[in-house]
Amino acid sequence: MSETPFEPEITAFVCQYCGDMAADSAGWNRISYPANVKIVRLPCTGKVDVHHILNAFEHGADGVYVVACPEGNCHHINGNLSAKRRVTYAKSLLDEVGVGGNRLEMFHVTAAQGDEFARIAAEMTERIRALGPSPVRRAMGKSSG
Amino acid sequence: MIIAQRKPLEEIKEMVASYEKVLVLGCGTCVAVCFAGGEKEAKLLASELRMARQMEGKSTQIIDHTIQRQCEWEFIDPIKELVASVDAVVSTACGIGVQGMAERFEDKPIFPGVNTTFLGMPVQPGEFVERCQACGDCILDLTGGVCPVARCAKSLMNGPCGGSQNGKCEVNPETPCAWQLIYDRLAKLGQLERMMEIMPAKNWSTSRDGGLRKIIREDLKL
Amino acid sequence: MSGDNGKELVVGSKLERLLKAGHFVVTGELGPPQNADRSVIEKKAGYLRDAVDAVNITDNQTAVVRMCSMAVAKMLIDLGIEPIMQMTCRDRNRIAIQSDLLGAYALGVRNLLCLTGDHQSFGNHPQAKNVHDLDSITLIQMVRQMRDAKKFQCGEEIKGQEPRFFIGGAINPFADPFDFRPFRLAKKVKAGVEFVQSQLIFNVPKFREYMKRCGDLGLLDKVYILAGVGPIKSLAAARYMATSVPGMDVPQEYIDRMANAVKGIPQEDKKARREAWEREGIKICAEIIQQVKEIPGVAGVHIMAIEWESAVPEIVKEAGLLPRPKLEA
Ligand code: SF4
Ligand code: SF4
Repeated sequence: MSETPFEPEITAFVCQYCGDMAADSAGWNRISYPANVKIVRLPCTGKVDVHHILNAFEHGADGVYVVACPEGNCHHINGNLSAKRRVTYAKSLLDEVGVGGNRLEMFHVTAAQGDEFARIAAEMTERIRALGPSPVRRAMGKSSG
Repeated sequence: MIIAQRKPLEEIKEMVASYEKVLVLGCGTCVAVCFAGGEKEAKLLASELRMARQMEGKSTQIIDHTIQRQCEWEFIDPIKELVASVDAVVSTACGIGVQGMAERFEDKPIFPGVNTTFLGMPVQPGEFVERCQACGDCILDLTGGVCPVARCAKSLMNGPCGGSQNGKCEVNPETPCAWQLIYDRLAKLGQLERMMEIMPAKNWSTSRDGGLRKIIREDLKL
Repeated sequence: MSGDNGKELVVGSKLERLLKAGHFVVTGELGPPQNADRSVIEKKAGYLRDAVDAVNITDNQTAVVRMCSMAVAKMLIDLGIEPIMQMTCRDRNRIAIQSDLLGAYALGVRNLLCLTGDHQSFGNHPQAKNVHDLDSITLIQMVRQMRDAKKFQCGEEIKGQEPRFFIGGAINPFADPFDFRPFRLAKKVKAGVEFVQSQLIFNVPKFREYMKRCGDLGLLDKVYILAGVGPIKSLAAARYMATSVPGMDVPQEYIDRMANAVKGIPQEDKKARREAWEREGIKICAEIIQQVKEIPGVAGVHIMAIEWESAVPEIVKEAGLLPRPKLEA
């Protein structure tokens, strides 16, 4: 039986003011980034709840990341800082569960940084590829098969 | 309010290990305000448990629900059927709520999801501090509104002890010395002479030391 | 019963008699062992016997389990040394304390030092439950009431022999709030304390100021104040006390002197360095004794040399306080 190479499923929570626009500028500038990333656009990363993050993992995501505006530059004053604290907390929960906090990350970009956005997507895809499928997804596969 | 802290997942997982269908029951009052066991936290715990059990190849029938209070029958009674439909309940209410549930649902295992820690308040976002020990005979009138029973590491009636240094308690350099606080507050109130009076040995019989405490109000009885 | 200068004796312990006779008293301290070996007590007692007038027996000091102070007090009595039994509120409630007091008196203990006690988090059983049913002040009140009113704390009469102790307490002139410290002593006096021993003194001017304020409150003829002193063992110890022990105000001058004491002695000669430090530490201690002796209201010194009891005779000699007075039986 031949092994199909592992293609991670990654969810990115991005802010519409920076992360999402950076994704657009990546598009305009024809900078490509891995197709593994499913983007969830939010009015502000301050909306990212720990529960949303866990939910993504529970439903089979191998990795999750949050893309927010640079610190001090949030359109909602400090939504990005709350997101950062929640990501830190969610990491601790993922460690506790055994999924691994390193499958979750927080990034900051400006609207103009299409290249940076693409680099982040590639970096996360590589990181998760190296980690392999999330233990939850692996277990799901087992129980369904 | 009652301040609690979520128990480690490992401990909770262990408690419910032999049960198929588990309800994580949040409480919408104190533990919700201190972010230990409200609706959100119950959801998180349920999600954590599902993932952890998924990984162990165990049943992931973990549901969550939250009621306004687990310390009053009128809020507990309406979820009879829900409780009947599961094999065990993890209550993220304080110890009072867990016991309320256990008393109402005699044949259902009810497990604590939080450690009930103290009576206190959030002094700033993310920082909860003890304020009262429910000693049953409040002396805040004598101590400038600062409780030595709960806030002095030795519950002194006549502090500060010799360990008070730069306003901090000898037990923990991050904790203010309760008796320094009392002194400062009495000074502001112009009542420093209170510090000169000997407070007698406290009567602890009104406290937990006297055994289970109970209050009867005839006017409220049905 | 009265003392040499006519002051009424209430208990008649050697400590009370010497203080009331106007002697400059010297007390020492003995830390019981963390085991059940009585020979340790005998050895330490040997150092203290002729150097001090009475010896404190600590009560599970710094919340570390040690041989019980009552048993050690009894051993000292048998060795002909006068004990000052320490009693803290950390480990016993009012029932246990009163019971111990009855027993201690029956065994011949006559001096009692009433303390709040160090918190158990400092000791070797931080998971223990603490008691603190009473505090040092309400403990003093209780001991006084048992003696003078022949009543238990609850108010019930003690039928038969009441426990009679010469009642002591502790003061820390260097704790905060500084302004309140003399008033706290006033509270202890009001509660019934008869002598107090202070925390280790290095900052003599600050202690002098404290004593002046006690004088202003009229406390100096109501309570015997023994100044707490102790030898510094090494430069490291001096630095540690100066920086890491809360409330221990060690002036730079003493740290410098400890540093200078080993000048010219090669690093490798550990023994010579240690001896030089010990000599200097003892000398500083003796000097501090001489300084505090001159402060009005200081009735004696309390020398704390826990785990270095052997230094005490030298300190007392160097301070010119030998021989110790003898009492006629
Ligand atoms: S004195 Fe008693 S009732 Fe009052 S705040 Fe303190 S512990 Fe609570
Ligand atoms: S330092 Fe203050 S708070 Fe701490 S035990 Fe002493 S009196 Fe109590």
